[in-house]
Amino acid sequence: MAGAASIAGREPNLLMRLVSRPTALGGLLVLVVIALAALFAPWLSSHAPGQLSIANRLTPPGALYLMGTDDLGRDIFARVLYSGRTSLTVGFLVVAVASVIGIVLGLVAGFFRKADAPVSRLIDAMMAFPDILLAIALVAALGPSAANVVLALGIVYAPRLARVVRASTLVIRELPYVEAARALAVPTPVILVRHVLRNVTSPLLVQATFIFAQAILAEAGLSFLGVGISPDIPTWGTMISVGRQYMSSAGWIMLFPGLAIVFTVLALQLLGDGLRDLLDPRLAKDI
Amino acid sequence: MTLQPAFAEKRDTTAPLLSIEGLTKRFTGRGGRTVYAVEDVSFAIRRGTTVGLVGESGSGKTTAGRAILRLIEPTAGRAVFEGTDLFSLPERQMRAWRQRLQIIFQDPFSSLNPRMRIDAIISEALDARGFPRGEKRRERIAELLTLVGLSPDHARRFPHEFSGGQRQRIGIARALAVEPDFVVADEPVSALDVSVQAQVLNLLSDLQKRLGLTLLFISHDLSVVEYLCDEVVVMYLGRVMERGPARQVYADPRHPYTRALLATAPVPDPTVKRRRVPLTGDIPSPLDPPSGCVFRTRCPHAIEACGGAVPPTETLGEGHAVACIRHRELAAA
Repeated sequence: MAGAASIAGREPNLLMRLVSRPTALGGLLVLVVIALAALFAPWLSSHAPGQLSIANRLTPPGALYLMGTDDLGRDIFARVLYSGRTSLTVGFLVVAVASVIGIVLGLVAGFFRKADAPVSRLIDAMMAFPDILLAIALVAALGPSAANVVLALGIVYAPRLARVVRASTLVIRELPYVEAARALAVPTPVILVRHVLRNVTSPLLVQATFIFAQAILAEAGLSFLGVGISPDIPTWGTMISVGRQYMSSAGWIMLFPGLAIVFTVLALQLLGDGLRDLLDPRLAKDI
Repeated sequence: MTLQPAFAEKRDTTAPLLSIEGLTKRFTGRGGRTVYAVEDVSFAIRRGTTVGLVGESGSGKTTAGRAILRLIEPTAGRAVFEGTDLFSLPERQMRAWRQRLQIIFQDPFSSLNPRMRIDAIISEALDARGFPRGEKRRERIAELLTLVGLSPDHARRFPHEFSGGQRQRIGIARALAVEPDFVVADEPVSALDVSVQAQVLNLLSDLQKRLGLTLLFISHDLSVVEYLCDEVVVMYLGRVMERGPARQVYADPRHPYTRALLATAPVPDPTVKRRRVPLTGDIPSPLDPPSGCVFRTRCPHAIEACGGAVPPTETLGEGHAVACIRHRELAAA
């Protein structure tokens, strides 16, 4: 019981408590496996991701090629593993960039009445553009590089987080515990982090998992359109884009990177859901 | 329980600790219309005493309490606290005064951050007055929890693990952690079960006596105010109708509104007969308050002259004052 643990003065840490939530734990394990597979790609795959083998092109999955080969005879398995490195990194970094921008904008718009109108109009203006179009424009302006793709996608997704944060901040701003903090002359930045942001984490985590998934797909879109990360570097998105042409004849080219995305996103959502509950002391009842 | 010596010495009950003069708060509502929430409210609170601020919902009592602490910015008026007008201070300087003025909230569920443990909540208050960290602070938190009738073991728990009454005690501990001179208690028991109300009221009354606190007790419950307060201020639609020593106002209410309020309060003695004054209808909108006396639309004694000018506040002696042009003839009747 939470109460008993509190009295004893020892808190079970987050990882320990995660064990009590099978779905969240499952999500975490799947993510760890995917991340480790990406990390140890050279040891897990027998082929190099870029190695061409025209004789074996479009080989279905089998003993030699676990996931088959693509139109140039490259090993899909190796490419899925290596792509994971890029895709996961892009996903995490985009979420990080979007979070920093989105949280700051959302807190400012939600907490300071005077800033609300200008910041909210800026957010609206950014959301009026289709995601990919805005990302293309930003990448074009910043110059095509991996870092700029991450930055551009971060900016594109920031308004969504900003809206979530703003909406919650508007509510929390009026709550008596914020007033109590003001009555104690707690500095405003401390109020924003300790009282407001801390109580926004639940919707924030949910949004962040969505953005992670969308970032992976958007990066694919950008690569497909030729403004993404260099085409020499395989990503799950580019693999799907290329495999699209062979969808009916050699579906495995698309299938496996697609599955990689599905499992990653699913695992993230399960983990995000569990974390949301565990981070909320009201819901964190140890079973 | 050791009390700070400063507390015990603060018991001079003659000089006003805080004088509110002409407090006014207007909000700009939808469509740029003005909401007259609090208009020209004046009263003084002597050190170590409790003043009750009573009125129906919508009378502006909560707004007045918040404005005195500048949790919302007053539109006009003065709040003289130990010779300093709090309303004229820039926010930066106001910060230094904040820990001397504290507030206890009505809703015990939203007044504590659900993600903070009790010790962190009280610790934040201790930070405000630069209390040292470490063992000494832990002891102080335990001491404060004991003071409000909780166990030091509760320090590591979260707010949701407590009942409403216990949460209110935590709120009181937080307010007292900075050793304030003046505390606004904004309907501190109205959200609690009746059985728990008495406990929290007794605690407040006890703490007030022990620590020599000066309290502004906001309530719509007249019996609670009678029990706890030395003086009462009766508000209606943002204005003060009557104010004075509690005993006097209860025994001899002069304003028709005060009479009506007292008539609606249940008396636990069936032999006591109070003059019944019917009070019908709802409080008018503060967007469009009646001219002259704001109470005239519901007053059984209203005459044409009541709509003319805002009735002046007339002093009857001993701090008893009433804002009604007919109070003399009504008292004679």
